[in-house]
Amino acid sequence: MSSNVNFYDPGADSALEELEEGTGAARTGLGRNGTSRRAFIKGIIAAGATVSAGFMLHGLAGCTREVPVRGAVERLISLNVNGTVRRVDVLPQETLAMTLRYKLGLTGTKLGCDRSECGACTVLLDDVTTYACSTLTHTVRKSQITTIEGLQAANGDLHPVQQAFIDELGPQCGFCTPGQIMSTIALLKSSPRPTREEAQMALSGNLCRCGAYDHYLNSVMRAAGEA
Amino acid sequence: MSYKLIGKNFTPPDVMAKVTGKAKYSEDFRADGMLFCKLLLSPMPHGRVLNIDTSEALKMPGVAGILTADDVPPIPKPATPILTNEPLYVGDPILALAAESEELAAEAIEKIKIDLEPLPFTVDPLESLYPDGPNARSDGNSAGGYGKSGFIDTVKWTARDFAAVKEGELPMGQHKYEWSYGDIETGFNKAKLTLDESFITASTAHHCLESRSAMAYWQNGKCFLHGSVQSQSFAVPYVARYIGIKPEDLVFIAEYCGGGFGSKGVAYPIMAIPAYMSKKTSRPVMIRITRSEEYFLGTARPGFQGRLKIGFSDDGRVTAVDLYIVQENGPYSGGSDYLSAADAISLVYTPENMRFRGIPVQTNTPPRGAQRGPGQNQIACIIEPILDKAAKELGIDRMTIRKINAPDNHTKYGQKQGPVTSAYLTDAIERGAEEFNWQEKKLLSGKRNGSKVIGIGIGQAYHSAGASGYDGLVRITPDGKLHIHTGVGNLGTYSYSATSRVAAEILNYDWENCVIERGDSRKHLPWNFGQFGSNTTFTMSRTNYVAAMDARNKLLEIAAMDLGGTIDEYELKDEKVIHKSDSTRQLSYAAIAQRAIELGNKFDGHEAPEDINDMTKRSVAGLAGTGLIGVAKDNLEKNGTPPALVVGFMQIELDLETGKHEILDYVAVADCGTVVHPMGLSQQIKGGAVMGIGMAALERHVYDPQNGLPANVGLLDSKLPTFLDVPAHMSAFAVDKPDPQNPVGARGIGEPVQGAAAAALLGAISDALGGHYFNRTPVVADMVINAASGRPQSHKPLQVNTF
Repeated sequence: MSSNVNFYDPGADSALEELEEGTGAARTGLGRNGTSRRAFIKGIIAAGATVSAGFMLHGLAGCTREVPVRGAVERLISLNVNGTVRRVDVLPQETLAMTLRYKLGLTGTKLGCDRSECGACTVLLDDVTTYACSTLTHTVRKSQITTIEGLQAANGDLHPVQQAFIDELGPQCGFCTPGQIMSTIALLKSSPRPTREEAQMALSGNLCRCGAYDHYLNSVMRAAGEA
Repeated sequence: MSYKLIGKNFTPPDVMAKVTGKAKYSEDFRADGMLFCKLLLSPMPHGRVLNIDTSEALKMPGVAGILTADDVPPIPKPATPILTNEPLYVGDPILALAAESEELAAEAIEKIKIDLEPLPFTVDPLESLYPDGPNARSDGNSAGGYGKSGFIDTVKWTARDFAAVKEGELPMGQHKYEWSYGDIETGFNKAKLTLDESFITASTAHHCLESRSAMAYWQNGKCFLHGSVQSQSFAVPYVARYIGIKPEDLVFIAEYCGGGFGSKGVAYPIMAIPAYMSKKTSRPVMIRITRSEEYFLGTARPGFQGRLKIGFSDDGRVTAVDLYIVQENGPYSGGSDYLSAADAISLVYTPENMRFRGIPVQTNTPPRGAQRGPGQNQIACIIEPILDKAAKELGIDRMTIRKINAPDNHTKYGQKQGPVTSAYLTDAIERGAEEFNWQEKKLLSGKRNGSKVIGIGIGQAYHSAGASGYDGLVRITPDGKLHIHTGVGNLGTYSYSATSRVAAEILNYDWENCVIERGDSRKHLPWNFGQFGSNTTFTMSRTNYVAAMDARNKLLEIAAMDLGGTIDEYELKDEKVIHKSDSTRQLSYAAIAQRAIELGNKFDGHEAPEDINDMTKRSVAGLAGTGLIGVAKDNLEKNGTPPALVVGFMQIELDLETGKHEILDYVAVADCGTVVHPMGLSQQIKGGAVMGIGMAALERHVYDPQNGLPANVGLLDSKLPTFLDVPAHMSAFAVDKPDPQNPVGARGIGEPVQGAAAAALLGAISDALGGHYFNRTPVVADMVINAASGRPQSHKPLQVNTF
């Protein structure tokens, strides 16, 4: 399901270090999807989370629970989002998806699962796909972050991938579409002329419950070479 | 018939927002001072709240309010409540808490102490039917039946019922619903081959990618609600009822819906929480539903434990069907899938004689509701492989046996044996066989390549496809634009826009000059049916047709009034009304719209037809004086069930060592009348097929019978089909024969597209195994390995929610 995720374990001590230094896993270039879940959770705990006995009330098989945080303090940082430096107050345990959606008003990055399963939150960090729901904002301070809102040219022209998704009627309900487009852009950057099967592999970390896969593949193939 | 717009591809107006991230779904809205709401869910499958201590939580700075079941109106039993003091499944919402931030709300929820008394529970209908079996609810174990709904009673079978059957056979004790036509005894006596098969279909979660978040606030006595709903106008009275207000006091915004598949068809209780919380706190309230909450609240397809006895004459004709279904119905009202399953059999295989019996049984698992092809698709997964088994035993080609039993325009449907508007399944089968190259492909059955074997399957499925009696509303403004007001909703099929083009077609409009008004009840929308049940294409092309015809008449009337002569002397062309023999006598639509405003009365909406719905009347009144109004109720002839029929052909390669299949080819043909939007149809056929692949071979509820705990709440564990589970190429075709009871000949199609693919895959797996029939969905890899190696399955024959 998340086969475009190459997990990497940054080791016992480096998660906190990364948090401090702002060197997110994605910046190591080791994995397409950056932070591993283990590192991610460790990062949150290091940042001062509590795990209470109420776990059973929400923590059920196969799904994450919300981690309440006591006494967390926001810190003002700079983020390079869609080519613009944005100053934003960020909590230590805040995910990039939450920062984008709730602090910067960039709601095109969707939250489908909030645990690295569906890919609706896919954004690019220095042209590499990352699940924004499982990336701590503090770890991407030195990255160029690209979201779906950053694709259109200043004059309003669509990115060729966006145009291809329109021409092939790629989306159905549209909720996974931003993520599909971001993954397509990353694919075509590294492999401008993919086969249909390569495109399937590259987009396999992006779920579509409507099952619009065939039209999405048509869109990718149309965009190939033009993006 | 040749059309300018119908049957042509176009870019639906909402696609642009979807590819740019500008499309706003319910969780994308913000309001000043917005609070965040979190839910406390039941940790046990059935319990009673003895005490709730919220004191610690309420002491926390920033906590704004708590709602319990005592703070919201009770919902008549056995329907799903908004909040409950007797949770009936793990995940049932007990209370909601709002705070300044979501983190704070989550932390405050942890401080709440709940004293819960555990009560008996069950996750297996048959267990509940045992003489001393547990009841899922304290007031009974079976909701609905006897042709009624809205009640609950207790049904137990006798020990004799259970003892009367052989191992693996479904016992058939007291049922709650029965119908029949013909005489099944005569039918079975006539049969050369009779099969009696017990079967299981798994319950499956909807897993809409957009969880059902909602945001609400109050302003000037009105409640503003941003919700994730498939439907627009049809949802309004039901949402208003949950909130306890009049429909006209609800401003309902549902411009985009991130997947519903039936689970967001109308209104659902959790949507009311932010409205009540906002009323309590005088602040806007957002409830972000998490992925796990979506699993619990997002409803599920009911599973079946059933038995199908089916008789065939020596030429393959179905002489008799005797169907019995025990439906796993969840803890609340549940669904009517078992009834729809029986209706589907009566149509797709036209049995000469048929009897249906069934009973819904409650379990302590998530609430059941309609999921894409509710009932029809489950039964397609079961009966289609059984048809293959019969064909094999009778020595008949599998494609031929389907044609022999296929419905036509004279077929009678369901319990009432009513007419269909038209049916061309045979055409679909023939077209599919040709496109798939059936005659050659079927020879590949069983061909081995190492551990891999070729399997070929055919699947058919049905759903009804349209309704009538709703309203259409269009408006031509003095700038010459046509505004098509549509209240149908935006499920993601683009049918809201494809059917709007019917109005443009009738009025001879350039599509560039048309505007679709939708997605917000303030946009003066007509009363339309909901966007579910594969009905939109049929229903909405009728409403837009009647509204456009009303506008057309008014255009002609004004032209004749101002330019002389009778309306028969004029025609509509290039957005003008032109005299047929003297083209100097012409008026543009823009000019006539201005005249309509001057003339008032019926022309500009100051008068409205008597027979339209009150909601449409309010919308017409709101638009009065802004242009020429076309408005009418759909009173066109409809005296039958419009069917949506699909046949799918699939080739797979099944690995007998790993149990995995790879789909090499899939061809599907839809019988949905005139094709109105080829790309949209292709999306439905292929997207539905993907969901069908999940239904056939991947997805199921998994419950621990000891503790009633779910084992696959998340998306990964639920194994939704990914890009890697589907073929790189699929092909979609249509019969494209017009339906006589639709003005443009169109019918819907969105549901059977799933069942056909699911059944084709199951048939292909059985074919690859040389005719091993599982009588169960899903058929997962370990079942294939067991079958291939002659080992017994790890589950008992009638076991449900299997690991």
